Amino acid sequence: MSEIMLPRRQWIARAGGLVAAAGAMPLLSGCDAINDAPAVRKILSMGEEMNRASQRALIDRHALAREFDRADLSPYFRPNGTRLPAGADYAAHAAAGFADWRVRVTGLVARPLSLSMADIRAMPQRTQITRHDCVEGWSAIGQWTGVQLSRILAAAGVQDRARYIVFRCADRLGDALYYESCDMVDARHPQTILAWALNDAVLPIANGAPLRLRIERQLGYKHAKYVNAIEAVASLDAIGAGNGGYWEDRIDYEWYAGI
Amino acid sequence: MAEAETPVAPSPSAPPVRVYRHRLPTRVWHWVNAATLLILLMSGLMIFNAHPRLYWGEYGANFDRAWLVIGSTADAGYLRVGDWKVDTTGVLGRWTDADGAEKTWAFPGWATIPTSYSLADGRRWHLLFAWVLSIGLALYMLWTLIGGHLRKDLHVRRSEWSPRHIWRDVKDHARLRFPRGEAAARYGILQKLSYIGVIFVALPLMIATGLTMSPGMNAAWPWLLDIFGGRQSARSIHFITAFALVAFFLVHMAMVLLAGPVNELRSMITGWFRLPPEREERA
Repeated sequence: MSEIMLPRRQWIARAGGLVAAAGAMPLLSGCDAINDAPAVRKILSMGEEMNRASQRALIDRHALAREFDRADLSPYFRPNGTRLPAGADYAAHAAAGFADWRVRVTGLVARPLSLSMADIRAMPQRTQITRHDCVEGWSAIGQWTGVQLSRILAAAGVQDRARYIVFRCADRLGDALYYESCDMVDARHPQTILAWALNDAVLPIANGAPLRLRIERQLGYKHAKYVNAIEAVASLDAIGAGNGGYWEDRIDYEWYAGI
Repeated sequence: MAEAETPVAPSPSAPPVRVYRHRLPTRVWHWVNAATLLILLMSGLMIFNAHPRLYWGEYGANFDRAWLVIGSTADAGYLRVGDWKVDTTGVLGRWTDADGAEKTWAFPGWATIPTSYSLADGRRWHLLFAWVLSIGLALYMLWTLIGGHLRKDLHVRRSEWSPRHIWRDVKDHARLRFPRGEAAARYGILQKLSYIGVIFVALPLMIATGLTMSPGMNAAWPWLLDIFGGRQSARSIHFITAFALVAFFLVHMAMVLLAGPVNELRSMITGWFRLPPEREERA
């Protein structure tokens, strides 16, 4: 379409856009001042609490995300976020086929664990074809195989005081390693699995090898990739800036991402 | 509505007859809803900017065929719908912000909340005001049923369904020949259909398709996915219906301006509407 571009029309359109932008400028900066005011941000965050409370009340804790057939699979499952974790450490793991990868289970547990990929594959497995919904708006359907998080939590003997599960990741984004968290309802949900296979193949690095979280009733950024530690905690206050996740702490994504 | 102060038929020489046209719930809901829909539209356009592509079906991402794309080339912005592509440089896909910087987000800063890209903030506004819309609409629907607004003012009578009657209203609108006298106090067939369409079709559709995009709601009410043919179809319908509401707004504004903006605006603030006097019959 660039061949058929009319320079004059383009110029007019650009000038028009500039005039519109200049005319609206005082109004717009006013809008952004409202958006940034602390009191407004507090009011806006009420929406998340209303969504969380209403969805928790409405959705049965065991209600399943829809599972699809193989015919429904996306031709290509779009990776997002980190596609290749930086650093010699991860590269060495990848070169060794993640034979020495360990997932530590710590925090409020009776028996801290350090699981190898072989340990994880030896546990009972669940395979599910589900839709992955990015906060940006796109969706992709993939088939995931892995172990239910509830089995790992049971093996570690999670204490009653634990209210959240925190996931630590091997990929560094900007200033920190990625991290996410969920409450015990989602942690114990039957479709919440730590997946090591996508579409019948070993999980590709771009999609979170060797192990990633699937938390099917929430948006994509909750699905931590490159997971190497799981921590049971009573409060999220001491995790990052206290909002429960990498993006939650940095750009104000909602911690409850069910909508 | 439409209870005249005096039974005297208005004439050009007589003082204007006022009728109580809009009751308080209608006026309050109208203005709350107007502000809410503006915020939802502008924050929705921000959310759209995060992935300016629309698909049909359950899934859809960058490698899948989109039926609508707002994008940019090296030096232009474009809108593509199916195989039809149009240059939108300056408005969509490539535009200049208030500081003179060129941007390649789909919708320009003057149309979004906030003005510079923030999916997180767009979602915060959208998902809070979605509650205002939903609660307001539910209460208003209930009131139109209980308060008689639906039965007395919006109900389409059997005689109005006749094609001839509808066609006459279409022609009158096209000729900008608006009802005068007592007839101006009642809604015409096109008005009734528009208001019913907005209150009972478009706005509920916005809420339902919005909920269908929620992975949590999909677990609670999986039938939502069946109704709309999948999450990405719901997202497309959400977008199309939003622009149908924009179209309604534009026609609504045009009609208010043509029918007498002061009188129309006053009636939606105070409730009282001055009946335009009957045309003098040509002898």
